[in-house]
Amino acid sequence: MSDKKQVSRRQFLNYSLTGVGGFMAAGMLAPMVRFAIDPVLKPSAAGKFKAVAEESELTNEPKRFTWKINQKDGWYESEVEKSAWVYKNENGEIVALSPICTHLGCTVDWGSNEEYPNEFYCPCHGGRYKKNGVNIPNTPPTAPLPLYEHKVEEGMLYLGQAKSRGSGV
Amino acid sequence: MLQKIYDWVDERMDITPLWRDIADHEVPEHVNPAHHFSAFVYCFGGLTFFVTVIQVLSGMFLTMYYVPDIENAWESVYYLQKEVAHGQIVRGMHHWGASLVIVMLFLHTLRVFFQGAYKKPRELNWIVGVLLFFVMLGLGFTGYLLPWDNKAYFATQVGLEIAAATPFIGDQIRTLLAGDPSIVGAQTLTRFFAIHVFFLPAALFGLMGAHFIMIRKQGISGPL
Repeated sequence: MSDKKQVSRRQFLNYSLTGVGGFMAAGMLAPMVRFAIDPVLKPSAAGKFKAVAEESELTNEPKRFTWKINQKDGWYESEVEKSAWVYKNENGEIVALSPICTHLGCTVDWGSNEEYPNEFYCPCHGGRYKKNGVNIPNTPPTAPLPLYEHKVEEGMLYLGQAKSRGSGV
Repeated sequence: MLQKIYDWVDERMDITPLWRDIADHEVPEHVNPAHHFSAFVYCFGGLTFFVTVIQVLSGMFLTMYYVPDIENAWESVYYLQKEVAHGQIVRGMHHWGASLVIVMLFLHTLRVFFQGAYKKPRELNWIVGVLLFFVMLGLGFTGYLLPWDNKAYFATQVGLEIAAATPFIGDQIRTLLAGDPSIVGAQTLTRFFAIHVFFLPAALFGLMGAHFIMIRKQGISGPL
Protein backbone atom coordinates (compact mmCIF):
# COMPACT_ATOMS: atom_id res chain seq x y z
CA MET A 1 0.00 0.00 0.00
CA SER A 2 2.62 2.49 1.13
CA ASP A 3 4.66 2.24 -2.09
CA LYS A 4 1.57 3.09 -4.12
CA LYS A 5 1.71 6.49 -5.75
CA GLN A 6 0.19 9.04 -3.43
CA VAL A 7 -2.09 11.74 -4.78
CA SER A 8 -0.86 14.99 -3.33
CA ARG A 9 -3.28 17.45 -1.77
CA ARG A 10 -2.63 19.90 -4.62
CA GLN A 11 -3.25 17.23 -7.25
CA PHE A 12 -6.46 16.13 -5.54
CA LEU A 13 -7.76 19.70 -5.44
CA ASN A 14 -6.74 20.23 -9.05
CA TYR A 15 -8.62 17.12 -10.15
CA SER A 16 -11.70 18.01 -8.10
CA LEU A 17 -11.79 21.57 -9.40
CA THR A 18 -11.32 20.44 -13.00
CA GLY A 19 -14.01 17.81 -12.58
CA VAL A 20 -16.56 20.09 -10.95
CA GLY A 21 -15.77 22.93 -13.36
CA GLY A 22 -16.00 20.59 -16.34
CA PHE A 23 -19.32 19.24 -15.10
CA MET A 24 -20.74 22.74 -14.72
CA ALA A 25 -19.46 23.84 -18.12
CA ALA A 26 -20.90 20.71 -19.71
CA GLY A 27 -24.26 21.23 -18.02
CA MET A 28 -24.32 24.76 -19.37
CA LEU A 29 -23.15 23.95 -22.88
CA ALA A 30 -24.99 20.68 -23.51
CA PRO A 31 -28.44 22.25 -24.09
CA MET A 32 -26.91 24.97 -26.25
CA VAL A 33 -24.99 22.53 -28.43
CA ARG A 34 -28.03 20.27 -28.82
CA PHE A 35 -30.02 23.39 -29.71
CA ALA A 36 -27.50 24.37 -32.37
CA ILE A 37 -27.19 20.95 -34.03
CA ASP A 38 -30.96 20.36 -34.08
CA PRO A 39 -31.33 20.76 -37.88
CA VAL A 40 -28.88 17.89 -38.43
CA LEU A 41 -30.85 15.58 -36.13
CA LYS A 42 -34.37 16.46 -37.31
CA PRO A 43 -35.93 13.54 -39.22
CA SER A 44 -36.28 14.42 -42.88
CA ALA A 45 -39.87 15.06 -43.89
CA ALA A 46 -41.40 12.01 -45.53
CA GLY A 47 -41.98 12.61 -49.22
CA LYS A 48 -45.61 13.31 -49.98
CA PHE A 49 -46.86 12.38 -53.41
CA LYS A 50 -48.32 15.20 -55.43
CA ALA A 51 -50.48 15.01 -58.56
CA VAL A 52 -48.37 16.26 -61.45
CA ALA A 53 -50.04 15.34 -64.74
CA GLU A 54 -52.48 12.96 -66.38
CA GLU A 55 -50.88 9.78 -67.57
CA SER A 56 -52.32 10.33 -71.05
CA GLU A 57 -50.14 13.45 -71.44
CA LEU A 58 -46.96 11.38 -71.27
CA THR A 59 -45.16 10.46 -74.49
CA ASN A 60 -41.86 8.92 -75.43
CA GLU A 61 -40.35 12.38 -75.53
CA PRO A 62 -39.33 13.92 -72.15
CA LYS A 63 -41.75 16.70 -71.24
CA ARG A 64 -41.30 19.22 -68.48
CA PHE A 65 -44.03 19.23 -65.80
CA THR A 66 -44.25 21.58 -62.86
CA TRP A 67 -46.21 21.36 -59.64
CA LYS A 68 -46.38 23.18 -56.34
CA ILE A 69 -45.53 21.87 -52.89
CA ASN A 70 -46.02 23.45 -49.48
CA GLN A 71 -42.59 23.95 -48.03
CA LYS A 72 -42.08 24.41 -44.30
CA ASP A 73 -38.75 26.13 -43.70
CA GLY A 74 -38.49 26.55 -39.93
CA TRP A 75 -41.12 29.18 -39.09
CA TYR A 76 -41.58 30.15 -42.76
CA GLU A 77 -44.14 28.32 -44.87
CA SER A 78 -44.38 28.90 -48.59
CA GLU A 79 -45.40 27.35 -51.89
CA VAL A 80 -42.46 26.23 -53.94
CA GLU A 81 -42.52 25.14 -57.57
CA LYS A 82 -40.89 21.84 -58.44
CA SER A 83 -40.32 20.44 -61.91
CA ALA A 84 -39.49 17.11 -63.53
CA TRP A 85 -38.74 15.75 -66.99
CA VAL A 86 -41.17 12.87 -67.54
CA TYR A 87 -41.51 10.35 -70.37
CA LYS A 88 -42.39 6.72 -71.02
CA ASN A 89 -39.52 4.49 -72.07
CA GLU A 90 -39.74 1.75 -74.70
CA ASN A 91 -41.12 -0.72 -72.08
CA GLY A 92 -43.90 1.71 -71.26
CA GLU A 93 -42.43 2.51 -67.83
CA ILE A 94 -42.66 6.04 -66.56
CA VAL A 95 -39.33 7.81 -66.03
CA ALA A 96 -39.45 11.06 -64.02
CA LEU A 97 -36.10 12.82 -63.82
CA SER A 98 -35.06 15.67 -61.56
CA PRO A 99 -33.83 18.63 -63.62
CA ILE A 100 -31.08 19.46 -61.12
CA CYS A 101 -27.65 18.86 -62.62
CA THR A 102 -25.53 16.58 -60.43
CA HIS A 103 -22.44 18.65 -61.22
CA LEU A 104 -23.17 21.94 -59.44
CA GLY A 105 -26.95 22.18 -59.27
CA CYS A 106 -27.92 24.15 -62.38
CA THR A 107 -31.08 23.23 -64.26
CA VAL A 108 -30.83 20.90 -67.24
CA ASP A 109 -32.96 21.14 -70.38
CA TRP A 110 -33.99 18.46 -72.89
CA GLY A 111 -32.56 18.89 -76.36
CA SER A 112 -31.78 22.58 -75.87
CA ASN A 113 -28.36 22.25 -77.47
CA GLU A 114 -28.54 21.72 -81.24
CA GLU A 115 -25.39 19.59 -81.23
CA TYR A 116 -26.92 17.12 -78.75
CA PRO A 117 -30.61 16.93 -79.69
CA ASN A 118 -31.48 13.76 -77.79
CA GLU A 119 -29.73 14.52 -74.56
CA PHE A 120 -30.27 16.53 -71.40
CA TYR A 121 -27.95 19.50 -71.54
CA CYS A 122 -26.78 21.75 -68.74
CA PRO A 123 -25.95 25.28 -69.94
CA CYS A 124 -23.64 26.11 -67.05
CA HIS A 125 -20.66 23.86 -67.84
CA GLY A 126 -21.91 21.74 -70.72
CA GLY A 127 -22.91 18.73 -68.65
CA ARG A 128 -24.77 16.09 -70.69
CA TYR A 129 -27.04 13.17 -69.83
CA LYS A 130 -28.59 10.42 -71.94
CA LYS A 131 -32.36 10.20 -72.22
CA ASN A 132 -32.52 7.84 -69.22
CA GLY A 133 -30.67 10.46 -67.15
CA VAL A 134 -27.32 8.70 -67.04
CA ASN A 135 -24.46 11.16 -67.29
CA ILE A 136 -22.23 11.01 -70.35
CA PRO A 137 -18.57 10.33 -69.54
CA ASN A 138 -16.09 13.18 -69.99
CA THR A 139 -18.71 15.83 -69.27
CA PRO A 140 -18.69 17.54 -65.85
CA PRO A 141 -21.45 15.56 -64.02
CA THR A 142 -20.29 12.50 -62.09
CA ALA A 143 -23.70 11.00 -61.30
CA PRO A 144 -27.00 10.36 -63.12
CA LEU A 145 -29.95 12.71 -62.68
CA PRO A 146 -32.00 11.75 -59.60
CA LEU A 147 -35.24 9.83 -60.25
CA TYR A 148 -38.54 10.90 -58.71
CA GLU A 149 -40.56 8.26 -56.90
CA HIS A 150 -43.77 7.94 -58.87
CA LYS A 151 -47.13 6.22 -58.84
CA VAL A 152 -50.19 6.30 -61.07
CA GLU A 153 -53.67 6.40 -59.57
CA GLU A 154 -56.85 6.74 -61.64
CA GLY A 155 -54.94 7.99 -64.62
CA MET A 156 -53.06 10.65 -62.69
CA LEU A 157 -49.28 10.67 -62.27
CA TYR A 158 -48.10 11.39 -58.73
CA LEU A 159 -44.48 12.28 -57.94
CA GLY A 160 -42.75 12.07 -54.56
CA GLN A 161 -39.16 12.68 -53.49
CA ALA A 162 -36.28 12.75 -55.95
CA LYS A 163 -33.91 9.92 -55.13
CA SER A 164 -30.23 10.12 -55.94
CA ARG A 165 -28.93 7.21 -57.96
CA GLY A 166 -25.39 7.28 -56.57
CA SER A 167 -22.28 7.77 -58.63
CA GLY A 168 -22.66 7.00 -62.29
CA VAL A 169 -20.34 6.50 -65.18
CA MET B 1 -1.18 14.15 -23.53
CA LEU B 2 -2.58 17.55 -22.54
CA GLN B 3 0.57 18.19 -20.50
CA LYS B 4 2.67 17.40 -23.59
CA ILE B 5 0.68 19.80 -25.79
CA TYR B 6 0.97 22.45 -23.10
CA ASP B 7 4.71 21.90 -22.77
CA TRP B 8 5.18 22.05 -26.53
CA VAL B 9 3.43 25.44 -26.74
CA ASP B 10 5.02 26.71 -23.52
CA GLU B 11 8.51 25.86 -24.74
CA ARG B 12 7.98 28.10 -27.79
CA MET B 13 5.73 30.86 -26.44
CA ASP B 14 6.46 30.95 -22.70
CA ILE B 15 2.74 31.14 -21.88
CA THR B 16 3.03 30.22 -18.20
CA PRO B 17 3.62 33.81 -16.97
CA LEU B 18 0.62 34.94 -19.08
CA TRP B 19 -1.94 32.73 -17.38
CA ARG B 20 -0.22 32.99 -14.00
CA ASP B 21 -0.86 36.74 -14.19
CA ILE B 22 -4.52 36.04 -14.82
CA ALA B 23 -5.30 33.03 -12.67
CA ASP B 24 -2.65 32.68 -9.98
CA HIS B 25 -3.17 35.15 -7.17
CA GLU B 26 -3.60 35.09 -3.42
CA VAL B 27 -7.09 35.22 -1.99
CA PRO B 28 -6.82 37.27 1.21
CA GLU B 29 -8.24 35.61 4.29
CA HIS B 30 -10.97 38.20 4.85
CA VAL B 31 -12.56 37.51 1.44
CA ASN B 32 -12.43 33.72 1.78
CA PRO B 33 -15.80 32.23 2.85
CA ALA B 34 -13.92 29.20 4.19
CA HIS B 35 -12.47 31.43 6.93
CA HIS B 36 -15.39 33.75 7.57
CA PHE B 37 -18.70 32.64 6.17
CA SER B 38 -19.89 36.25 5.93
CA ALA B 39 -17.27 36.71 3.20
CA PHE B 40 -19.77 35.21 0.75
CA VAL B 41 -20.72 38.83 -0.04
CA TYR B 42 -17.45 39.01 -2.01
CA CYS B 43 -18.87 36.42 -4.44
CA PHE B 44 -21.45 38.68 -6.02
CA GLY B 45 -19.02 40.27 -8.49
CA GLY B 46 -17.86 36.87 -9.67
CA LEU B 47 -21.42 35.63 -9.88
CA THR B 48 -22.34 38.64 -11.99
CA PHE B 49 -19.52 37.70 -14.35
CA PHE B 50 -20.60 34.05 -14.37
CA VAL B 51 -24.19 34.92 -15.30
CA THR B 52 -22.87 37.35 -17.93
CA VAL B 53 -20.92 34.48 -19.51
CA ILE B 54 -24.13 32.43 -19.62
CA GLN B 55 -25.94 35.39 -21.19
CA VAL B 56 -23.30 35.80 -23.89
CA LEU B 57 -23.24 32.09 -24.72
CA SER B 58 -27.01 31.54 -24.73
CA GLY B 59 -27.46 34.78 -26.69
CA MET B 60 -25.01 33.63 -29.35
CA PHE B 61 -26.91 30.39 -29.76
CA LEU B 62 -30.30 32.13 -29.85
CA THR B 63 -29.24 34.23 -32.85
CA MET B 64 -28.92 31.00 -34.83
CA TYR B 65 -32.71 31.01 -35.07
CA TYR B 66 -33.86 34.53 -34.23
CA VAL B 67 -34.61 37.11 -36.94
CA PRO B 68 -35.01 40.82 -36.10
CA ASP B 69 -37.91 41.46 -38.45
CA ILE B 70 -41.48 42.39 -37.57
CA GLU B 71 -42.95 39.63 -39.76
CA ASN B 72 -40.75 36.85 -38.46
CA ALA B 73 -39.39 37.81 -35.03
CA TRP B 74 -42.25 36.39 -32.99
CA GLU B 75 -42.61 33.37 -35.28
CA SER B 76 -38.90 32.56 -35.04
CA VAL B 77 -38.93 32.86 -31.24
CA TYR B 78 -42.01 30.63 -31.10
CA TYR B 79 -40.32 28.14 -33.42
CA LEU B 80 -37.03 28.03 -31.53
CA GLN B 81 -38.84 27.59 -28.22
CA LYS B 82 -41.43 25.03 -29.30
CA GLU B 83 -39.85 23.08 -32.16
CA VAL B 84 -36.09 23.12 -31.64
CA ALA B 85 -34.61 20.65 -29.16
CA HIS B 86 -33.79 22.30 -25.81
CA GLY B 87 -35.01 25.63 -27.20
CA GLN B 88 -37.02 26.20 -24.06
CA ILE B 89 -33.92 25.69 -21.92
CA VAL B 90 -31.64 27.93 -23.98
CA ARG B 91 -34.19 30.72 -24.20
CA GLY B 92 -35.04 30.17 -20.54
CA MET B 93 -31.38 30.62 -19.60
CA HIS B 94 -31.26 33.93 -21.45
CA HIS B 95 -34.65 35.06 -20.12
CA TRP B 96 -34.05 34.27 -16.43
CA GLY B 97 -30.36 35.10 -16.61
CA ALA B 98 -31.26 38.61 -17.74
CA SER B 99 -33.07 39.22 -14.47
CA LEU B 100 -30.50 37.35 -12.40
CA VAL B 101 -27.60 39.39 -13.77
CA ILE B 102 -29.30 42.61 -12.65
CA VAL B 103 -29.91 41.13 -9.19
CA MET B 104 -26.26 40.03 -8.84
CA LEU B 105 -25.02 43.35 -10.18
CA PHE B 106 -27.15 45.15 -7.59
CA LEU B 107 -25.95 42.97 -4.69
CA HIS B 108 -22.36 43.50 -5.80
CA THR B 109 -22.96 47.26 -5.88
CA LEU B 110 -24.52 47.19 -2.40
CA ARG B 111 -21.53 45.30 -1.00
CA VAL B 112 -19.05 47.74 -2.49
CA PHE B 113 -21.14 50.68 -1.31
CA PHE B 114 -21.68 49.58 2.29
CA GLN B 115 -18.08 48.45 2.73
CA GLY B 116 -16.90 51.77 1.36
CA ALA B 117 -14.73 49.83 -1.09
CA TYR B 118 -15.24 52.57 -3.69
CA LYS B 119 -13.10 55.05 -1.75
CA LYS B 120 -9.66 56.23 -2.77
CA PRO B 121 -7.81 54.77 -4.65
CA ARG B 122 -10.74 52.83 -6.21
CA GLU B 123 -12.98 55.74 -7.34
CA LEU B 124 -12.27 55.08 -11.03
CA ASN B 125 -13.29 51.47 -10.73
CA TRP B 126 -16.56 52.56 -9.09
CA ILE B 127 -17.22 54.82 -12.08
CA VAL B 128 -16.51 52.00 -14.51
CA GLY B 129 -18.83 49.81 -12.43
CA VAL B 130 -21.65 52.32 -12.66
CA LEU B 131 -21.14 52.50 -16.45
CA LEU B 132 -21.33 48.70 -16.53
CA PHE B 133 -24.61 48.93 -14.63
CA PHE B 134 -26.02 51.31 -17.24
CA VAL B 135 -24.83 49.09 -20.10
CA MET B 136 -26.49 46.11 -18.45
CA LEU B 137 -29.75 48.03 -18.02
CA GLY B 138 -29.50 48.99 -21.71
CA LEU B 139 -29.06 45.34 -22.64
CA GLY B 140 -32.14 44.49 -20.61
CA PHE B 141 -34.18 47.27 -22.20
CA THR B 142 -33.20 46.48 -25.80
CA GLY B 143 -33.48 42.71 -25.32
CA TYR B 144 -36.98 43.05 -23.93
CA LEU B 145 -38.35 44.19 -27.30
CA LEU B 146 -36.83 41.40 -29.38
CA PRO B 147 -39.51 38.68 -28.89
CA TRP B 148 -41.91 41.19 -30.47
CA ASP B 149 -44.96 40.23 -28.44
CA ASN B 150 -47.48 42.56 -26.83
CA LYS B 151 -45.58 42.90 -23.58
CA ALA B 152 -42.37 43.72 -25.43
CA TYR B 153 -44.06 46.23 -27.69
CA PHE B 154 -45.79 48.21 -24.96
CA ALA B 155 -42.81 48.08 -22.59
CA THR B 156 -40.74 49.66 -25.34
CA GLN B 157 -43.49 52.20 -25.98
CA VAL B 158 -43.24 53.21 -22.30
CA GLY B 159 -39.43 53.20 -22.34
CA LEU B 160 -39.38 55.44 -25.39
CA GLU B 161 -41.81 57.87 -23.73
CA ILE B 162 -39.47 58.04 -20.74
CA ALA B 163 -36.55 58.77 -23.07
CA ALA B 164 -38.68 61.43 -24.79
CA ALA B 165 -39.12 63.18 -21.43
CA THR B 166 -35.47 64.25 -21.54
CA PRO B 167 -35.32 68.09 -21.47
CA PHE B 168 -34.71 69.86 -24.82
CA ILE B 169 -33.54 66.87 -26.89
CA GLY B 170 -36.15 64.32 -25.77
CA ASP B 171 -37.85 63.95 -29.14
CA GLN B 172 -34.53 63.54 -30.93
CA ILE B 173 -33.43 60.83 -28.51
CA ARG B 174 -36.73 59.05 -28.99
CA THR B 175 -36.38 59.14 -32.80
CA LEU B 176 -32.77 58.04 -32.56
CA LEU B 177 -33.79 55.00 -30.51
CA ALA B 178 -36.97 54.11 -32.38
CA GLY B 179 -35.70 54.89 -35.89
CA ASP B 180 -38.90 56.80 -36.62
CA PRO B 181 -40.57 59.85 -35.03
CA SER B 182 -43.93 58.17 -34.47
CA ILE B 183 -43.81 54.45 -35.28
CA VAL B 184 -42.51 51.71 -33.04
CA GLY B 185 -41.98 49.13 -35.75
CA ALA B 186 -39.61 47.58 -38.26
CA GLN B 187 -36.84 50.12 -37.78
CA THR B 188 -37.15 50.05 -34.01
CA LEU B 189 -36.74 46.30 -33.94
CA THR B 190 -33.61 46.22 -36.13
CA ARG B 191 -32.07 49.08 -34.17
CA PHE B 192 -32.72 47.44 -30.84
CA PHE B 193 -31.32 44.18 -32.18
CA ALA B 194 -28.13 45.87 -33.39
CA ILE B 195 -27.73 47.70 -30.09
CA HIS B 196 -28.45 44.53 -28.14
CA VAL B 197 -26.05 42.19 -29.92
CA PHE B 198 -23.26 44.45 -31.20
CA PHE B 199 -22.98 47.89 -29.63
CA LEU B 200 -23.74 47.23 -25.98
CA PRO B 201 -21.83 43.92 -25.77
CA ALA B 202 -18.78 45.67 -27.25
CA ALA B 203 -19.07 48.37 -24.59
CA LEU B 204 -19.66 45.68 -21.97
CA PHE B 205 -16.49 43.76 -22.86
CA GLY B 206 -14.36 46.90 -22.90
CA LEU B 207 -15.66 48.06 -19.53
CA MET B 208 -15.37 44.60 -17.99
CA GLY B 209 -11.75 44.43 -19.14
CA ALA B 210 -11.06 47.80 -17.49
CA HIS B 211 -12.92 46.70 -14.34
CA PHE B 212 -10.84 43.53 -14.00
CA ILE B 213 -7.50 45.11 -14.83
CA MET B 214 -8.12 47.75 -12.19
CA ILE B 215 -9.13 45.28 -9.49
CA ARG B 216 -6.01 43.24 -10.22
CA LYS B 217 -3.80 46.32 -10.20
CA GLN B 218 -5.22 47.73 -6.96
CA GLY B 219 -6.11 44.50 -5.19
CA ILE B 220 -9.20 43.82 -3.12
CA SER B 221 -9.91 46.43 -0.45
CA GLY B 222 -8.79 45.51 3.07
CA PRO B 223 -10.98 44.10 5.86
CA LEU B 224 -13.48 46.36 7.59
